[in-house]
Amino acid sequence: MVAVKSIPSPAISADERSHEVDHPSSPVAHFGADQPLRLDCGIDLTPFQIAYQTYGELNAARSNAVLICHALTGDQHVANVHPVTGKPGWWETLVGPGRPIDPSQYFIICTNVIGGCMGSTGPASINPATGKVWGLDFPVITIPDMVRAQAMLIDRLGIDTLFAVVGGSMGGMQVLQWTAAYPGRVYSALAIACSTRHSAQNIAFHELGRQAVMADPDWHSGGYADHGIHPHRGLAVARMAAHITYLSDAALHRKFGRRMQDRELPTFSFDADFQVESYLRYQGSSFVERFDANSYLYLTRAMDYFDIAADHGGVLAKAFAGIQTRFCVVSFTSDWLFPTSESRALVHALNASSARVSFAEIETDRGHDAFLLDVPEFFDISRAFLQSAGKARGLTTRDG
Amino acid sequence: MSVQEVLPLGGLAPERSDQFRADHLLVAGMVKPGSKVLDVGCGDGDLLQLLETRGIDGRGIELSREGVNRCVAKGLAVVQGDADTDLVNYPDDAFDYVILSQTLQATRQPRVVLENLLRIGRRAIVSFPNFGFWKMRLQLLVGGHMPRTENLPASWYDTANIHFCTIKDFVELCDAIHVKMERAEALDLYGRPLRLRMPWWVWNLFGEQGVFLLTRGGGK
Repeated sequence: MVAVKSIPSPAISADERSHEVDHPSSPVAHFGADQPLRLDCGIDLTPFQIAYQTYGELNAARSNAVLICHALTGDQHVANVHPVTGKPGWWETLVGPGRPIDPSQYFIICTNVIGGCMGSTGPASINPATGKVWGLDFPVITIPDMVRAQAMLIDRLGIDTLFAVVGGSMGGMQVLQWTAAYPGRVYSALAIACSTRHSAQNIAFHELGRQAVMADPDWHSGGYADHGIHPHRGLAVARMAAHITYLSDAALHRKFGRRMQDRELPTFSFDADFQVESYLRYQGSSFVERFDANSYLYLTRAMDYFDIAADHGGVLAKAFAGIQTRFCVVSFTSDWLFPTSESRALVHALNASSARVSFAEIETDRGHDAFLLDVPEFFDISRAFLQSAGKARGLTTRDG
Repeated sequence: MSVQEVLPLGGLAPERSDQFRADHLLVAGMVKPGSKVLDVGCGDGDLLQLLETRGIDGRGIELSREGVNRCVAKGLAVVQGDADTDLVNYPDDAFDYVILSQTLQATRQPRVVLENLLRIGRRAIVSFPNFGFWKMRLQLLVGGHMPRTENLPASWYDTANIHFCTIKDFVELCDAIHVKMERAEALDLYGRPLRLRMPWWVWNLFGEQGVFLLTRGGGK
């Protein structure tokens, strides 16, 4: 008999996760019927709420606000202990005291994107019209929708111009959308490991993930909330597949090689003999503890639809025509999800618009994930870019 | 003490500074304050930093990743790119000046690069090592080997410089593609301008490098 150990059930109950969905342990901005969110699909979403986190103080001139945009599976807890997992903030390498984005210098804002599941309105939220969870009745959202919602929050916070908008991956897409949609409101933009459009290969990977979720019988055509369950197996498989795309062949080999997990010899089973299998299973099972399956479908879809050039007559440079924003574009050599060629295409378009742009490619074998990891060269560049922009903006910095 | 140091300094003398290279000071002196400049092959960004101290909006292109990252870490607006392939991505008249400092000889197509400089910029500032310099000629004539100097120490087989020219050659190229020389300087081994007003052939013999301020529409 072949021993099969499936992915373990999450240790955190669906209740704990769902509490954060509508009642997050971070500030929330509510937008009533008088302020609907105009979605690209043609629907006005109302009412809705945006959960966000802030660090540092807004200065008197309201000129030191930095908006951090999170990636696909991130949230507003960029630099504080996560309320569900108890883990450190997802970007504490970049954001925090003594870091390039320091709360003693900047007023740092991070929102959970619309469609997310950590307090901003999304498919896991209660639909006020029915009193039940939205599920697949939630309208399909786009990156521009996310940014529109963020802009409404920024308005509410009384901020006209953001000193910087910063993000990697899907967060980088939001950065670029901010500059294209609100060029006058973004003083500087740090776009990391991203692209102005989602490639066919990336759409393909997302489709794989979505199909894994949908193939889980617990998904119930998106209506799992009514059954009191969560399609954790399907979502875990989606996460496992996606996680491979965030790494690189070299990084996987360096980290795991063909090493065995707590054993000397193969067990001649489908147990996780290899360390890399065990690692992926862990990634899958820990992810489902904190993330809603339908939210994963919606956010991957939003990335798939992203194509700035398509919104500007097919000419990318038109999206940035006459823009005054200072850009810094960063890519990583081993990132095959958002390869350097994508960043270079963006830089060419920015050059064609005569925008002020810096572009650095960082050498690392850690793949797409590198933007979340400890990569000193990336921090040096981020810090210098923001400091020189701060100088031009007349912000006083600690370093003088 | 070299001959240059005892000569009276003329009106074109760049200001002296320990912080910046003499040839950079000369180039910077050719740029009007407040203008927008692209430095092609900007290295570690020293010239761009000098330009920024003068209120000039500077951008850079650099081939080496290390150079780019050092520039960006200094807060300069620099992108990784290649003079031969990436200048085509810039629109016409995007800059007041485009600078190509000590890089022309390393491009695959110097003529196309030069044409692009003056398409993107209303003016171009080009500097390059002069292969007509007497020390170069002497090494070839007497030594019988490809010249090597303090500023160009690489051997022929590992140098990045594939298109050497003399000041005379460059002047002829400018004529051929209708580029007008607004100002020309020859520099000695230490990057200081030759002070004496002399015919081209003298510069071609005694200039270690040439620096030219160019505009469109010259030539025969």
